[in-house]
Amino acid sequence: MTPPVLRFADVGRDDVSAVGGKGAGLGELRRAGIRVPDGFVVTTAAFGAAVAALDLGARVAVLDPGDAAAIAAARGELRAAVASAPLPPAVRDAVVARYRELAAACGTDDLPVAVRSSATSEDSAADSFAGLQDTYLWVRGADRVLDAVRRCWASLYSVESVTYRLRRGIPETDLAMAVVVQQMVDARSSGVMFTRSPHTGDRSVVAIDASWGLGSAVVSGEVTPDAFVVSKVTGEIVRRTVATKSRWHRPDPEGNGVVEDDVPDDLRGAPSISDEEIAELVAVARTVEAHHGCPQDIEWAVSSTAAPGEAIVLLQSRPETVWAEKDAAAARVATPTPRAFDHVLNAMSGKPRSGA
Amino acid sequence: MSQPSGDRSFPLPSQIDPVAGAEGWEEMYPYFSRFQPEDDGRFWFYNSMHFPEVVPAFDGITSEVPYTAIGANTARLFSFPTTMGIEYRIVNGRVYITANPVTDPAQIEARLADFQERAGHYYAHWDELYAGWQTRIEALIAEIEAVEVPRLGELDDLSVVLESRGYASNHLLRENFHRCIDLYSKMWHHHTEFLMLGYGAYVVFFEFCQQAFPEMGDQTVARMVAGMDVTMYRPDDELKKLAALAVELDLADLFVEGSEPDKVLSGLAERGDAGARWLAALEEAKDPWFNVSVGDGFYHHHLSWADDLTVPFAALPRYVEQIRAGEDLTRPTERLAQERERIADEYRALLGSEDERAAFDQMLGLCRQVFPYIESHKFYCEHWFTTRFFQKVREFGRLLADRGVLAEADDVFHLRHLEVEEALVDVSLAWASGGAELGARHWQPIVRRRKKILEALAGWSPPPALGPVPDSLNDPAVKMLWGITDETIQTWLGAGDLDADSVRGYAASPGVVEGVAHVLMNVNDIGAIREGEILVCPVTAPSWGPVFGKIAAAVSDIGGTMSHAAIVAREYGMPAVVGTGQATAKIRTGDRVRVDGDRGLVTVLRETP
Repeated sequence: MTPPVLRFADVGRDDVSAVGGKGAGLGELRRAGIRVPDGFVVTTAAFGAAVAALDLGARVAVLDPGDAAAIAAARGELRAAVASAPLPPAVRDAVVARYRELAAACGTDDLPVAVRSSATSEDSAADSFAGLQDTYLWVRGADRVLDAVRRCWASLYSVESVTYRLRRGIPETDLAMAVVVQQMVDARSSGVMFTRSPHTGDRSVVAIDASWGLGSAVVSGEVTPDAFVVSKVTGEIVRRTVATKSRWHRPDPEGNGVVEDDVPDDLRGAPSISDEEIAELVAVARTVEAHHGCPQDIEWAVSSTAAPGEAIVLLQSRPETVWAEKDAAAARVATPTPRAFDHVLNAMSGKPRSGA
Repeated sequence: MSQPSGDRSFPLPSQIDPVAGAEGWEEMYPYFSRFQPEDDGRFWFYNSMHFPEVVPAFDGITSEVPYTAIGANTARLFSFPTTMGIEYRIVNGRVYITANPVTDPAQIEARLADFQERAGHYYAHWDELYAGWQTRIEALIAEIEAVEVPRLGELDDLSVVLESRGYASNHLLRENFHRCIDLYSKMWHHHTEFLMLGYGAYVVFFEFCQQAFPEMGDQTVARMVAGMDVTMYRPDDELKKLAALAVELDLADLFVEGSEPDKVLSGLAERGDAGARWLAALEEAKDPWFNVSVGDGFYHHHLSWADDLTVPFAALPRYVEQIRAGEDLTRPTERLAQERERIADEYRALLGSEDERAAFDQMLGLCRQVFPYIESHKFYCEHWFTTRFFQKVREFGRLLADRGVLAEADDVFHLRHLEVEEALVDVSLAWASGGAELGARHWQPIVRRRKKILEALAGWSPPPALGPVPDSLNDPAVKMLWGITDETIQTWLGAGDLDADSVRGYAASPGVVEGVAHVLMNVNDIGAIREGEILVCPVTAPSWGPVFGKIAAAVSDIGGTMSHAAIVAREYGMPAVVGTGQATAKIRTGDRVRVDGDRGLVTVLRETP
């Protein structure tokens, strides 16, 4: 029987059904020796004990996917049910205990954490439709953490999520969700990176988007980030575009949540990461890609508090999917010829080249 | 080039304004090098890569002869299917060129069969044929070195009579001068014999890499191919060895910045055994490695290091200083070779299929087979042979000066080669008849006038191209040798869109640096470059190697990412922007500039007052 909470240290890529893709990915990154802020996962078993027990499925199954009004009406009721139902004491105690343990390890008793849903589905389209992108940043204190976990669960009863399941005929009994609770990094800069070019699919480069503050500004598209394209092979920065970064997300000085604000003038035009940090990011990206055996889409941050050389942490890594599909459909670039120089004779022939 | 559709155009050849003070410049060049009225309908580009300066009358031979050779190879020997040869025109002392395409599909088809047989033969027997080339080119160099300028004494040598040679020495004036021209022509045929085939192999691999790895920089392709034991690096390597020897022999104090070669040499002569040993090592290194031109071998004033020690001696102080500071200046060839293999292996591993990996190996293998020619031919052709050739012509000039026809030896370069022959006939006749040469009255005013014309033309800024913009530029020769593509033309056309303080070019070597610009139009001024300056020049040549040890970045008007400046800048790890078209026109010495080698942008930050 899966416990209600598992530490990152105890999970890996084979644990998707218990801790979801995000949770399994973070555990796996740690196993690969990558620096990841510590945390734990509220497992699908906890979800089962707390939500599935409410038996909301029957109320969803009767809805008509075409009747948006009815779904919207049901949504409030369903979400309220999730939010108000008393937590099974085993789940509650485990989450509180793990949170306190994590906070103590960091030398505090109200450690800020990020709380995010972690889907068990392999299908990223399903994730986005299913409302599984919920993220609560800079959450402090065990009670607030418990509240954020419940809100993640409740997101399964959003209009989009319910409609999606109904249209796809996904049975409510299959419903499962894990929730990742991770130490929050006060990021000086953060962003995303792909271990191949998102524009051309070139696998010999790492493409990095970076901006000031927390990564949520980049992921939400609220800021035009700095963009760097770096050769994996030579380490050279092939392209460098330093953008004017007008907005940033920062921890609320009041202590809870995140505030969105204008970037100070002197930082707007300045590169948000140094060449040394770019080189470190590329090294990390290559390690992660090699560990997974396929191109990755990675979220990262540069901590403002960690010692130099230890400041880069990964927040998430998942397989890149867009180009993977295009690759499968694309024709090969070239094939060998009987004699090596036939390549040249063909190219100079004045005829369009086959296979090219 | 393909036929232009006509809505966009550079200035037409007929629209070029005369340059004040340069009236009559046409007489310096052959009639067939002049723009014709119908040339207005064709696209021409300024070959500033080879001819960054105004061409003196004699130096017109460095366009006339190469284009007879390269076209003969592509059009008549190897039957390249889509291209014949290159036509050239001279206007205001600058060389413009265009390629003649083959557009008729039936003709392309017919040429293709011959091309496959002929080019196929060369590729299939490359190593063996290249070994033969090496023998031939060295023999040719020995021949040009052996050409004698006859001595015309009061009486011819007794031996001429006793051996009944049958002709007097004035006959040799024409024959030996002609031999120089003939050998020069033959050298250019040899030069272009492997050229297009060699570059062809490179371009095909390059295009494969660009398709498989769209983000891969040009320079990375070059790094996978580049050889380790490169002839063109030898002169600089020899210089570093001499610097090390100076330190070892405790002679370092003689090599200080700003010291003239003569002063250093006389200082060495006073240093006993150590000085003698160093001078002996210098002599050893000179033959053949100082037979490297300070330019690219297209102008008579591009002397070799051996002819003029200024350039090598300007580099020595810095090398000496570095060696004293404990730096190891030897090229880490083993590490570079490992790095080359690592890069190739990693890209190969990133390819998506076995087929692609096999094709990659074939193309890379062929490139590496042809590259020794690409990397070494310049040393033998443009450097060693050409500097000897110009020295021989200079000797004929000295004879003309001694006979009173010219005021000084170098004036010979203000005559076309056919005019030199004419002047030599004058000498020949005067010696034979016992009369006087009549050339002083004829040639000396011409030389004076032409010197003024050259001065006036030097101030003219040639447009990067002339005539209507072609729909697409797809000539393999133009692409391979000049790196000029549709994008280049867009850059030229768009030059007006940039703000006045910026020039754009190829991002040839990464990095961003700010510093003081030093515009160097003439390679002979290379000694003036100071530590940490940013070199801005029309084009650089391999013998400029030493200056790269001093500068912080390099910017050139012409050249692609395979150009010399680009290769050396990468080797030295400094930013470079090449092929800007106009850096030397827009930037002045003393300007503070930012060179962005990542984006290919050069910006003037604050102009000198």
